Order: sequence, then C-alpha cells, then structure tokens
Amino acid sequence: MKAIHTKAASVRFENVSKIYGTRVVAVDNINLEVAAGSLVTLLGPSGCGKTTTLRMIAGLEMASKGRILIGDKDVTKLPATDRDVSMVFQSYALFPHMTVMENVSYGLKFSGFNKEETREKAAAGLALVGLKGFDGRLPSELSGGQQQRVAVARALVLEPQVLLFDEPLSNLDAKLRRQVREEIREIQQNLGLTVVYVTHDQEEALAVSDEIVVMRNAAIAQKGTPRQLYEEPADAFVADFIGEANLIPVEITALDGDTATVRIADYTHRLPSRGLPKGPAKLAVRPSRMRLVAGKGEGVAAVIDKATYVGSRMEYVVTAAFGTVFAVLDDVVTPFRKGDEVTISFAASGPVLIPGQTS
Amino acid sequence: MLIFWIIAGWVGFALLPWYGVDDFYSFGWLADGWPLDKDYAPAAALVAQGQKLWLAPMALALIAPLLVLRRPKSDPVFARVLIAAGAFGFAWLVAQGLGIGLRGFNAGWLDALFGPLDDRQFGMGYGALVTATAFLFLLTQGLAAHGAVNGDVFVTSAIAGVVAVVGIFVFFPIAKMLLAAFATDDGGYSVAGFFPKLFDPRIWGLGCLSGGQCGAAWNSLFLAILVGVLTTLLGLAFALVLTRSGFRYKRLLRALTVLPIITPPFVIGLAIILLFGLSGTVTTGIAATLGIEPSRWIYGLWGVLIAQLLAFTPIAFLVLIGVVEGVSPSMEEAAQTLRANRWQTFRTVSLPLMRPGLANAFLLGFIESMADFGNPLVLGGNFDVLSTEIFFAIVGAQYDQSRAAILAVVLLAFTLGAFYLQRFWLGRKSYTTVTGKGDSGVHPRMPSGLAIPVYVVVTLWSAFTLVVYGMILYGSVVQLWGVDNTITLKHYITAFRVSWGESGLRWTGSAWDSFWTTMMIATIAAPLTAAVGLITAYLLTRQKFAGKRAFEFGTMLSFAIPGTVIGVAYILAFNVPPIEITGTGLILVISFIFRNMPVGVRAGIASMSQLDKSLDESSLTLGANSWQTFRAVILPLLRPAILAALVYSFVRAMTAISAVIFLVSARYDMSTSYIIGRVENNDYGLAIAYSTALIFVMLAAVGLLQLLVGRTQIGRRTSHGEGH
Repeated sequence: MKAIHTKAASVRFENVSKIYGTRVVAVDNINLEVAAGSLVTLLGPSGCGKTTTLRMIAGLEMASKGRILIGDKDVTKLPATDRDVSMVFQSYALFPHMTVMENVSYGLKFSGFNKEETREKAAAGLALVGLKGFDGRLPSELSGGQQQRVAVARALVLEPQVLLFDEPLSNLDAKLRRQVREEIREIQQNLGLTVVYVTHDQEEALAVSDEIVVMRNAAIAQKGTPRQLYEEPADAFVADFIGEANLIPVEITALDGDTATVRIADYTHRLPSRGLPKGPAKLAVRPSRMRLVAGKGEGVAAVIDKATYVGSRMEYVVTAAFGTVFAVLDDVVTPFRKGDEVTISFAASGPVLIPGQTS
Repeated sequence: MLIFWIIAGWVGFALLPWYGVDDFYSFGWLADGWPLDKDYAPAAALVAQGQKLWLAPMALALIAPLLVLRRPKSDPVFARVLIAAGAFGFAWLVAQGLGIGLRGFNAGWLDALFGPLDDRQFGMGYGALVTATAFLFLLTQGLAAHGAVNGDVFVTSAIAGVVAVVGIFVFFPIAKMLLAAFATDDGGYSVAGFFPKLFDPRIWGLGCLSGGQCGAAWNSLFLAILVGVLTTLLGLAFALVLTRSGFRYKRLLRALTVLPIITPPFVIGLAIILLFGLSGTVTTGIAATLGIEPSRWIYGLWGVLIAQLLAFTPIAFLVLIGVVEGVSPSMEEAAQTLRANRWQTFRTVSLPLMRPGLANAFLLGFIESMADFGNPLVLGGNFDVLSTEIFFAIVGAQYDQSRAAILAVVLLAFTLGAFYLQRFWLGRKSYTTVTGKGDSGVHPRMPSGLAIPVYVVVTLWSAFTLVVYGMILYGSVVQLWGVDNTITLKHYITAFRVSWGESGLRWTGSAWDSFWTTMMIATIAAPLTAAVGLITAYLLTRQKFAGKRAFEFGTMLSFAIPGTVIGVAYILAFNVPPIEITGTGLILVISFIFRNMPVGVRAGIASMSQLDKSLDESSLTLGANSWQTFRAVILPLLRPAILAALVYSFVRAMTAISAVIFLVSARYDMSTSYIIGRVENNDYGLAIAYSTALIFVMLAAVGLLQLLVGRTQIGRRTSHGEGH
C-alpha cells in the first residue's frame, strides 16, 4: 500500500492587501511567513480578515496588492486549481452525490494518477484517518466527526504543499472537538505538513499551534508561540482575546532594572517592566491568577457581585474601587457568596504589564 | 483547446460552404459542385477565384494565432496576439455581414465611401458559423491568458458565448425591430413619420369611454392589469389552501392547478366558446329555462378575461407556492409569541414577506396576458388587443411591417415598464427568509375570516376548471357541437389516421405533419434551452466578473419580451442576410431557446443558491478546473433543476403560439398554429381533438423525462451544509 508523503513548503505574504470593491478593506498590508512543516493558526474575532487570508493562500480570493509565495514560487496570480494547496472547509463540503471513496479520490483523478494508484492512495488516506471500510458510504450516512475525517483525508491524499483548515471543528460537539484537534495535530506532526489553520477559539489555537497569528481589523495584531501570546501579550486586545484578561489601571511607582513595582490603591506588586516608564499603565491579570481572601488583608478591598458554580470551579464577578474584575477559583467546597467582602491580590507570576498603553 | 479552435477556424474558412445552403440538415452540396461552385464554395475558394474579396482579411486573423502556438500561456505576446486576432476576425465577420447584403452595400454612407458595389452576398452558412465561433473562442483564450476572470478559460468562454448568442438572438432582432418602426414606405427612415403612426387613434383611441371602441393599447393594458391582479389573487388563494389549511385533497388540487400548464392556451378559449358561445351549453340552457335571447356577450373583454384567468392562474400559483412555503415558519411563530393573533400575524408578517412573490406573479400574469395571442384571436370579437393587431399587420392584407413594428414597440414598452416598476417596488429590501439552517416550525393556519372566502373561491374555481376540461374532452368526441351531439371518434380519426398502403405504414391523418414537426422541434429545443439557461445561472450565481449586473439584466430581459414581439422581431431580422433563417426549422428552435431561457436561468439560480459554495471551492482546491467542477459536482446536484428546465421548455415548445404563429412555414408547421388554422375555419371538433391528444402526449412526455433524468441520490443534506 502506498503511504501518504509530504511535499511541505513554506508560505510567504509580502505586503498583501485584499480590497473588495473600492472601499472595503478585508486584509490590510499583511506580511507573514509560515515555515515549512509548521502549524500556524490565524486567530481573531469574526470579520478580522483571517478567513480571507486563508482563502488567498488557497487561491479562492485573489490578492489586490502584494505577493504571495508558496515555496519559492510566486503564486499571486494563480487560480486555486493550479496551486498545490488543499483545504478542509468548515462545512466539510463533501460532495453529497459521491461515496466516501469517490470523494477522497476526487482530487487524485485530476492529478494524473492512474486508477490503481488513485485507489491505493485514497485507501491509504482513509486508513490514516481511521475510516477503513467506509468506502461505499454516502456522506449523509456518516456522523459529523466521520464526515470531518473524510474531508481531511480528501485533502491529505493530494500531498499538498500546504494544507488549509477553515474552522474545522466548529460543527462538532465539544467532546469530539478535543479528540479531533489532537488527531489533526498528530497527523500534521507525523507527516511534517505545513498547515494553516483558522479559528476563532483561542483554546483550540493554543492547543494545536506552533505559532499563532492574532488578527484584528484586517491587520496582524501579534504573532508568536502560544506561550509568548499568553504570557506576553503585545496589547490589551491580544491579552483579552487570548485568555480573557482583566485589564486593571495601575501606577508604576518604581523601576529596578527590568522589574517594575506597580501600585493599585494601597496594594503593590512586582513584575517585569517590559520597558515601560514610570507613571500610569495597564496591568493584565488572568482570571485564574486572581487571589481572593475573605475579610481584610494585604490587597485591594472588594465585594463579590456574582458567584457562579460551574462544577470544576467557581466563577466570581468582583467589584473594587478601580472597577469590576472576573476571577476563577478552584475552591468549590467553601465558596464565597454574593455580597461577601473580600481582598483581591495577584499570583506571583502571571500578571503582565501591557505596553503601549498610557492611561 | 487553442489548437482545436484554430483548426475549427480554418475548417470553417477553407472547407465548409461559407454561405447558407438550402437545408441546414442536408449534405447534398458535397456532391454538387463543392468546393468550387460559388453557391457552395468555402470562403478561401471564393477569394482564390477573385470573388467576395471582402472575406480575405479574415485569413490574417486565422494566420496570426499560428505564430504564437509555441509560446507559453503566460507570455504577454501570446495573450495580445490572440485577443487582436479573435477580436479583429469576429468584428470583421460581423461588419461585412451587416454591411454587404443582397443589393450590395446595405447603407448609403458605405456607397458614398467606397463607391457602389456590384456584388452581393446571401445569408451566412456553416462556414461563417464555425469561423465566427472559432474567432470568439480565440478571443476568450486570449482574454483568459491576459488574466480575465482569474485566467479561467471555461468561464471566460462561457460568458462570451452567452453574451454573443443573447446579443445575436435577442438584442439584434429587437434593435432591427426598433429600426423598422422608423421605416418609411420608400425604404428610408424617418422620425417625422414615426410619431403620427405611433399616436394613431386606432392604437390610443379612448372611444370606449363614450360608448365606442378603445384603441388596442388601452384594451391590452386594461386587460393585462385585470389578468395580473386576478391571477395573483387566485394563485394566492390556491397557495394558501395548500400550505395553510387542513384541506385533505391537496394532491388533487395541485394536479388541477398544473393541468392548464400543459394545455395550449387557446384551448381554454375554445372550451369557453363551447360553454358560453351562441350554441354553448350554458347559453342554450339559460335560453331554454329563462327565455333570455342567446347573445354574443362572451366575444370580447369578458371571454378573453375568463380564458386568460383559467390559463394563467396556475402560473401565478406556481410562483406563489414557492414564496408562501418559503416564508420561514419561525418568523410567523415569533410573531405569535409576540402576542399577534393569527390575522395580525398574517397581515403584518406573512403577507409582507410574500411581497416579491406577489410582484412576480403579477408581472408574469401581466406579460402573459399582453403576449397572449390565441385567446384574443378566438374570443376577442371586436375587442382589439396589441398582439392580434400585430399579427394582422404582418399576415393580413395590409402587410405593413412598420405598423407591426410600432405596435410591437408599444407592447414592449408596456412589459418593460411593468418589469421596471416591479423592480422599483421591490426596492433593495431583502426578503430572504430561507436561511438553510434547520427550521422545524410549521406554518400557522389562515385566520378564519380569510379562510372562508378563500375556500369558497378555490372550490368554485376548481369546479369551473373541471367543467372546462370536461368540456374539452367531451367536445372532442361529439359530431358537431350544439347541433349534433352524437358521440363519435371521427375527429380523432381525421387527425390521426394511420393506414397500411403499398409502401407500408402511412401517416394519412391531417395532423401528423405538424405533430411530428412539433415533436422534433420541441425535442431539439428543450436540451439546448436547459443548457443555455443553466450555464447562465452558473455564471450568475458562482462567478464574479466585470459587468455582471448588465449581464444579468440582459439575460433576464428576454423574460419581459412578449412572444408576439419576438415573433415580429425575428421576421424582420432574420429574413435577410447576414442571418437568413426564416422559414426553416432552425428559427423555431432558436425562438424557443431564447423565449424559454429565463425559466431555465431561474430554475438554475434557485437550485444553485441552495448548493453551498464551498462545494465548488473544495473541488477547485482539489485540483479540478472550473469546467470539471461544473461537470462533476454542480451538474449532478442540479438534476431537479435540469428536469424542471427540460420539462418546461418541452411543454412550452409544444403549447406556444404567440411567437410561433409568425415563424411557421408550410414546411415547418407547428401543432398550435395548425389548430388555430382549424379554429379559423370553424372546424372546432378537429381542433379540440388535436388539443386533447397534445395534452396526453405532454403528460406522457413529462413522465418519461422524469424517468430519464431520474432522482439524484443525495440523501439528507447535512445540517452542516451552511458555510459562513
């Protein structure tokens, strides 16, 4: 049996823009480099241009300005048919009138393989996604997860230079989502594929990516490894979009090398300064990095506004003099109640100053 | 592909007869002096013999592509040479065709410029057709290589192909007709002569307000508005009963409303005469019981109105049923949970959401009534309408082309006006309620205040329709209506007799000739109509290209052009070179394709917009090109639309009369025009028998097509089908 190989290539965007009509700018002057063999996620809220970016790689949309390279080849003007790229669609886009086998063989037929090779490759692809023996089924006879795998197999068997995923998990239920995303990551790493992956789910992005590109308003807000984005967000938007940060106004009172001392009301906290000067700044604190203690203590006095039990943990909305924050605590045995007076403090590591914020 | 079109171009230029041969389908010319005889010679042979030298420059346009054959597609020279060669060749071919006709140059200024030409040419034939096609597709290959539509040859060629055929067979004849409206008797053109003819009191007179006769234009307009409004209301009533009531025999009702679609429209007129005419059943019945003198009241507005209502209500119904079903039940359920009662829900939510359907139904009724030719001819009496006036201007003793053209312009102005008003009224609001997401609600019942009158109307109308069809069936088997009511099959025998002669089976019935012609033309036209319609729909729903809105408008326009107008325009445009096809079967086929194409387009658009676009896109990213995608993914999923387009165009080709009556010839007579001829001779028995036979043939054909095309096996569309 023939195995599925890879011809993974890099993807490069050079000053690429996409403008619809004369005014609507969907993608604004993007530069991007996806290394061969890596999985890069485009992450952002809806309408940020991430899907348009993906479709420009596929050749389903043509760039209005700039150059797109796959490997060393300039593909800016090439239509989808002539690019060595395949895509897994959000809706899977399985051809409803073809069997699973016909769907998976579809692209091979147009790639110059003979019948024998086509069948072997398609069978290998189906085996790879764990769907041996489903050849004769119609897509409508498969579950959502199985349909998704067929879509992946159909794209994989072409051994594309780049494999694209457009929100592939959004039509699966929560439990299946985790399993399928692990499978995708495993196949990608085993075969060494170049994958560009679009999602609006930050947890999914953190879980599967080598690198994440956060997009906002048609431009790139930040790129980096999952850890970089989570721990050193470039701005408030990224901090909030990845992991729901509380943005708290603070005063930098002292600088000692790379360490800053910040003050909120009477509470002080030491953390990396990230090159910020003294004066007002914004501090991003993840809900799980908030500490709440009953009564008065070292920290900021606050009152519990809402307390929600979600099984594995407690979620609180807490109001202090500087505003409202969101906190998550693991203690579900002796929870606070609405109206309890508490003191807020931060975990030693985790809180991070947001650069570029003056107020 | 490039090589193919270059070879095609050369075959057309150097091998096939350039000018039209007598019969498009016969190949007698092969043995009859070809390739040197000047009637059958290809263009190259003519030029070589020093004749028709104006054809020579096209050779240059055929040589040029040979020079770039070895260049890569991405070379700008490749694209430029092909564009230049294709555009020049096509333009030159069109220009010489239009410029030089039967009497030398066609226009005075050409004589003035080049001096008089003492040569002439006839209509174009195979050679010109093939060469023109080759030029067109050389041009599109060049444009695609230049980057048009992302360099997609199939899409570029499809667009150019549709634009070319619609241009030649819709816009060119209409333009010719507009020109003819300005023609004077001595062959010139004059604006001064146009206006008195346009404002002729026979067209615009308002005598009926003071007890006399109104002009044909007012009559047509008044009738069309009445028919449009009433068919819309009746169609809505039927649609409401089917979707929003507990009525039990919905299938029966549905069958009943579809029946008139497979009926030639004037057959209803005949049945009305059998009922209400001087010796009609109802008339004589009333005369006998009440002692009222039988009158000819049915001949006029009332008769035409009733016949058209019977004939066109089903069309309104078919438009409205889709819209009424399409109103998302969850919208109505939402209104009800917001404390609207059933009547308020209907008035404030359901009815406004049906607005586009109502507008469409009205427009269709209006246009059909304007274009209807058979019923006014049979029942009109002294009630003159535009369509019949046009007919008499062309075929009557007066033979006045410019009058026919002017009447056709008035008719066209009315329908285009209605088309424009409809678009204006609908405005830019979006009425889309079908989201493709699962919608499990059910439509609420009609409020009872509405239900009772709707039931009454539907019941009465259904009963009336049944009586009318009963009359048709009965009328076909009586000896002589109203005089001798003995049952007989003689009309069928006269029409469809088959006898065994010395040479075997002989079709001796009087109807066979026109019957076989009709079957042949309808069978050829139906698949072509479906193909043109679906390709157009594909371009409109799936492709982005410059000028798409104009393209859409152009292809939909023929929908607003009444058949009568098409008929006149075709006569005026196609009985002289460069395209000389009047009196052939070809002109009938072509008229059907472009008359019925909008329906194919609509059916295609409707089903294609239900196919998620990601299906095409995934096929493209899997390496198929757009033609392969169209063939392997879209076409198989469009089977229902293909079936609809095939059935519709087949049925229309068999029942149409308004354009056909102008285009038939002794050799190619169609059933409908033959029947009308029998009616004019008062031979009602034969006419009705023939019509009844046609209805059964169409039923059989529809069933057969359903079997042939089959059902697409796609099972349930997944709930994930909707992309973002």
